[in-house]
Amino acid sequence: MSECCEPAAFVPPVRQPGVKAAGDLHTIALIGPPNSGKSTLFNRLTGLRQKVANYPGVTVEQRMGRMAGVGRDDLVLIDLPGIYSLDPYSEDARVSIDVLEGHMPGTPKPDAVLLVLDSLHLTRQLMLAAPVLALGLPTMVLLNMSDLMDARGGAVDPLKLAQELGAPVALVSATKGTGIDSVRMFLNRNDAKIDQPPLMLPVLGNAMSTHRWAAQVSTRTGYRAPLSAKMTRRVDAVLLHRVWGPLLFLVVVFAVFQVVFSVGLPVSNGLQDVLAHFGKWATGFLPAGWIRSLVLDGAWNGVTSVLVFLPQILLLFLFIGILEDTGYLARAALIADRVMRAIGLNGKAFIPLLSAYACAVPAIMATRTIENKRDRLATILVTPFMTCSARLPVYLLFIAAFVPNAAFVGGLISLKTLVMLGLYGIGFLAALVTARLLKSSILKSSETPFILELPQYRMPTLRSLGLRLWDRGGVFMKQAGTVILCVTLGLWVLANVPVHDGHPPELGASVIGRLGHFIEPAIAPLGFNWKIGIGLLTSVMAREVMVGTMGTLYGADPETQSETLQTALHHDLPLGGAIALMVFFAFALQCTSTIAVVRRETNSWKWPAVQFAYMLALAYGAAFVTNQVVTAIWG
Amino acid sequence: MGESGVLVSLDLPAGVQNHLMYMGFVPDARVRVLHKAPAGDPTVYSVDGIEIALRHETSRAIWVAADSISTADEPVLAAEEPELIGAAR
Repeated sequence: MSECCEPAAFVPPVRQPGVKAAGDLHTIALIGPPNSGKSTLFNRLTGLRQKVANYPGVTVEQRMGRMAGVGRDDLVLIDLPGIYSLDPYSEDARVSIDVLEGHMPGTPKPDAVLLVLDSLHLTRQLMLAAPVLALGLPTMVLLNMSDLMDARGGAVDPLKLAQELGAPVALVSATKGTGIDSVRMFLNRNDAKIDQPPLMLPVLGNAMSTHRWAAQVSTRTGYRAPLSAKMTRRVDAVLLHRVWGPLLFLVVVFAVFQVVFSVGLPVSNGLQDVLAHFGKWATGFLPAGWIRSLVLDGAWNGVTSVLVFLPQILLLFLFIGILEDTGYLARAALIADRVMRAIGLNGKAFIPLLSAYACAVPAIMATRTIENKRDRLATILVTPFMTCSARLPVYLLFIAAFVPNAAFVGGLISLKTLVMLGLYGIGFLAALVTARLLKSSILKSSETPFILELPQYRMPTLRSLGLRLWDRGGVFMKQAGTVILCVTLGLWVLANVPVHDGHPPELGASVIGRLGHFIEPAIAPLGFNWKIGIGLLTSVMAREVMVGTMGTLYGADPETQSETLQTALHHDLPLGGAIALMVFFAFALQCTSTIAVVRRETNSWKWPAVQFAYMLALAYGAAFVTNQVVTAIWG
Repeated sequence: MGESGVLVSLDLPAGVQNHLMYMGFVPDARVRVLHKAPAGDPTVYSVDGIEIALRHETSRAIWVAADSISTADEPVLAAEEPELIGAAR
């Protein structure tokens, strides 16, 4: 072997004068390779609920929390994106390195490090230990997933490893919570720093010598790698199979949508009845007149028309949670690589696109794992085409109201499911076509290599799935209780002024009615009436506001007050307009949160503006064509 | 599928090469072909106990000396993977 590969003596930089005492500890960083369990540990140590899942690249930005989980409220812990080395290869890795070096505005420079390594692959993970130890910060090494290592016959001598690394080492399991006490001890006794012999670290920045060093350390500490889980390979033999893999995926996706209708819809219809009765009963205590009307016809109708879709939203999130927690998401990226390559992106871009089925905002953040800047921008620009969960209430409402109850193949496949799949399909197609256009014009670039680590399959825990549903349910309820409540109250007021002789006006003559009629010519070609027009305006805030708006407007109209929202819509809107409306929602960018995150991630107003205009034009055009075609055939 | 060998050298742009080496693709590492994606590419390799997916054009630049006696379930089929299992001088 040549000289370059020999480990060289490395003396860590002299620590700051007046060695860090316990009282000087303020900020502690969690560092480690991707998918080594940093965020799970972060949640343990802080008691917070940072998102965790089983694929590399879940965490893409720094996240701070007080270490309440180990009784140290005075200390701030920073969770960081996973890194393989201190050479940033992608945007999320750059975040970690900036924070470590104290270059991240708004984040204090850490003065101690918890290095989290996956004990199942210790040799390779130790490669990160060398550059991290060389930073010279007080460091504790946590060998995570030690429960799995034990179970699969692996072993390591933590004391010996501590000697080798000149840093305390503990075996922990972040999922089970074992070994967490050792972190508390590390934090408490950090003042008693003893002079340590110079560490033997490899030449930094040289992967070859770092690997040799890591291999030697792991041999000297008696590391025995656990047997690799055969289960993962067996499962992959099916899921990555040429025929069974894609087929199984399609069947599962189809089954999910079928369940959304066959189980979710009856539940939500039942919920609607209960909520409607409760509203009538509860407002009976209010004096008849405008107050009762405001509460019942305005707020209650609007908010509950959105809330009833909670069961379906939770079903969708359960499915996404299972995909993410088992480790299948990375396989989906692998399978999709071929298609993604055809449009000029690579399979890695598929992970954000898939997570956009939940919400585009975290998905756009997740594009930070895409190494190529132009690929990343293209992915950001097409992500809002993916059918996010906020579109679901709109689709569900209009499909329930307009698509007949037809079924094929002995009732296995319903027409409603097919329409829903079609809407998801056109969104995905629009994303692919747009990405292809971008990548062959303004965002052309040379191909970047596709390098993706596939995690071992894991059984999702009920706790983690439960927490996800709880958190997502909370977000949905909060949205209904804030944005939608405000919009519906505002709408009710506008629907009841100007007051003449103490009587509210006819709905068409109210302020909102006049505004609606004013914009009606612009949307009439799409088959929309003025109430839909108002809904399009309010839903710029968030798509599900559309449903709340419909609830309030039809609730405030004496003619439709007694009907359910589905029936009212069915009588008031032609079929062409209804289908066109769903197509419009499939394409249009009606979401202020998405616009804000695109601005932040691209650092300019130009891209969100272009994106909004493009998506609006596409939505308008497609809705126009849909209305004409549907009206010509069935009208 | 199932072929394995010992990594001899990598010939990729510095950034990519470094990244791959930190993931475990270093000379003397044992590399094994695990699966192919349904479309035939990318391929999943096992190295250092983890699984990494690479496209054909990346794996082509990674030279591996095939085992003379295979430890895998199937015999080494050098003809199937000429780009991967090339003997380096």
